[in-house]
Amino acid sequence: MPLVEHLSPRACGGRAPDVFRRGGWVPMREHCDDEEVDFAIVGTGAGGGTLAAKLAEAGFSVVAFDAGPFWRPLEDFASDERHQDKLYWLDERISEGDDPIELGSNNSGRSVGGSTVHYQMVALRFRPEWFRSRTALGYGHDWPVDWRRMWKCYAEVENALKISGPLTYPWGPKRGRYPYREHELNASAEVLARGCEDLGVDWSACPTATVSARRGMSPHCVYRGFCKIGCATNAKQSTLNTFIPRALAAGAEIRDLSVVTRVETGADGRATGVLFHRDGQVRRQRARHVVVAGYSIETPRLLLNSASPHHPEGLANSSGLVGRAIMVHTNHAVWGRFEKEIRWYKGPPSLAVCEHWNYADDEKDFFGGYAYMSQGPLPTDFAKTLAEAEGIFGMDLRRRMADYNHMAGLKIVGETMPRERNRVLLADETDRYGVPLARVTYSHCDNDRHLVTHSLDFMQQALLAAGGQELFQSGGTAHLMGGCRMGFSPEDSVVDGDGRSWDVDNLWVCDGSLFPTSGGVNPSMTIMALAVHMADRIKTLAGQGAL
Amino acid sequence: MTDHFDPPYPGYDILRKWNTPSYNQITREVLAERLAAVPQRRFLDEEEWRLLQAICDRLVPQPDRTEPVPITPFVDAALAENRSNGTRFAGIPAMREAWRKGLAAIRAEATALHGTDFGNLDPHLQDALLYRINDGNADPAHWSGMPSQRFFRSVMLKEVLAIYYAHPAAQSEIGFGGPAAPRGYVRLAADRMDPWEAPADRRTR
Repeated sequence: MPLVEHLSPRACGGRAPDVFRRGGWVPMREHCDDEEVDFAIVGTGAGGGTLAAKLAEAGFSVVAFDAGPFWRPLEDFASDERHQDKLYWLDERISEGDDPIELGSNNSGRSVGGSTVHYQMVALRFRPEWFRSRTALGYGHDWPVDWRRMWKCYAEVENALKISGPLTYPWGPKRGRYPYREHELNASAEVLARGCEDLGVDWSACPTATVSARRGMSPHCVYRGFCKIGCATNAKQSTLNTFIPRALAAGAEIRDLSVVTRVETGADGRATGVLFHRDGQVRRQRARHVVVAGYSIETPRLLLNSASPHHPEGLANSSGLVGRAIMVHTNHAVWGRFEKEIRWYKGPPSLAVCEHWNYADDEKDFFGGYAYMSQGPLPTDFAKTLAEAEGIFGMDLRRRMADYNHMAGLKIVGETMPRERNRVLLADETDRYGVPLARVTYSHCDNDRHLVTHSLDFMQQALLAAGGQELFQSGGTAHLMGGCRMGFSPEDSVVDGDGRSWDVDNLWVCDGSLFPTSGGVNPSMTIMALAVHMADRIKTLAGQGAL
Repeated sequence: MTDHFDPPYPGYDILRKWNTPSYNQITREVLAERLAAVPQRRFLDEEEWRLLQAICDRLVPQPDRTEPVPITPFVDAALAENRSNGTRFAGIPAMREAWRKGLAAIRAEATALHGTDFGNLDPHLQDALLYRINDGNADPAHWSGMPSQRFFRSVMLKEVLAIYYAHPAAQSEIGFGGPAAPRGYVRLAADRMDPWEAPADRRTR
């Protein structure tokens, strides 16, 4: 696998890679460093990539930076787990606390398109009450965005990604039908369905961001099952092959392999642009507005590293909340052996979902909720889970791995509580650009543990009911959220309901770090919906002369 | 515990699909390099290399193979290239130093317990020693502050397994479909398989 520092930028000379053609290019508008662009966006994942497209389409001039490479999936993505490590943020970060988080391939992408290049494509909406979880459910924080507004933004995102989903969804308020029909269930998904039916709870085909029929240059999903390490056919609808091409077509510039190390501020304390490293040069891009969209670790890290006399504790940090209250999803699972061959490597890994425990408030003894999905880990992924969960290695492990084709599993995306002691700080050590490493501290609370216990009990019953034998459990986390939460006042949050910094009026945050609470579903749809919401608000504010 | 392995899919080899639509060009390039260009020793010294070989022989024993899947060379190559995996748990230094420290600690454990090199021990004593570390019972005196169980599980074992199960021989042994682009699969139901997948598990046929 190539080392990121050995790669050269592709998006330059007036063109950018055409993600749909081997060796192909599309024209790209470019901007001089001295030209004050309307928006400099740091990060091109679910938040930044989506926002770049929406703002460029609204007529703003946009330069979007990404620390990672600009891949063409058809020629760059191998069916090989080790090679595809190139999709991850593998720079060192220090992980500590009572329950230190595994980073890297577990939750951190480094590509144009960000983590959506390797996401599992589970396309769920937040439960409406979660946007008022303090008021309606008694924990966490309310969001400064109304759920009905978010509902409209979700619909736009689902249409932009042509989500393949069921005709009716069993949980939450009525929603429009999904743009593409649901996928056929694989054997692994049928295990989930059988368990739910036996226990008397609903299940559903999972709304999934890979197309069930041809869409333009995207062929229908061929069920190759390597989704989590990059889709080599472009059936997966990631930011890389949806919003990024739209952004380019609308005149945005994408700068791949560009590491932004500082948001620069002027004498008045306002943002003036960004300092970045590209192709061995240190450069400055001037901008009227700066949007930070680097996810829950890199966004706080960049803001903290952008301290200045005006902002001694870091940029946008008068509340002291930058880097605070980061959250994960608990990702515990129950696994079992089945008499029949499941062959879970076929198809998207999570084709069926149960959201029962995200909605059944009266039956729970903990705050928050969880969804669980069917599973389909690739060989090295599952071998690592088995070794860690069962504490085995050697021939014991090889023998257990011989049952790979007989295995099925159920795994949660479990809500964790926002707690300010879980945070991102700057370490004393620096990286090759002279930026302090991120120090990530994380510990679960009792409520997180109660939720996990409940989920393991329930999934254990479900897997037994479905015919599973020799059950075992595993732990772990998925996703990152929080770290620059949005809120109602400069005291309770880093940014307002538009993603705009309370302290610096031309600085914005647009990624998962905005989340005040984590919810019990995969975050990508909500991040994209927030980007759509922010783009609409920016257009409105510009029309009012309030930008 | 014996080192016997009962293969569920004898004779199945994902490499036989090489010239079919299951392989795209980059997958062929990546696997051709892995199979043909096993890296030479660059980072570890000879003694460390031999010790790691002995450890890998217990982490993934392969007595059934005339040509075992090489593991040590790929660990060494990643260290030579100074790769990191994105997570440095508290107490664990950067990768190069962590592996050096970890190997030295295992050597010291063997000497303290048995008065000889790890490589000279009987396999069952080697397993017992590695399980002590895996189960969190290593002697901290040998580990100079590095959390031994965390190193063993989160650094060493994970890397060894990632290398082994990325190899076509290991993927064939478990009946994994192997490379699958541009062609994926058609038959998704239980006990159903496409002609280009492994035939049914020998043990249940």
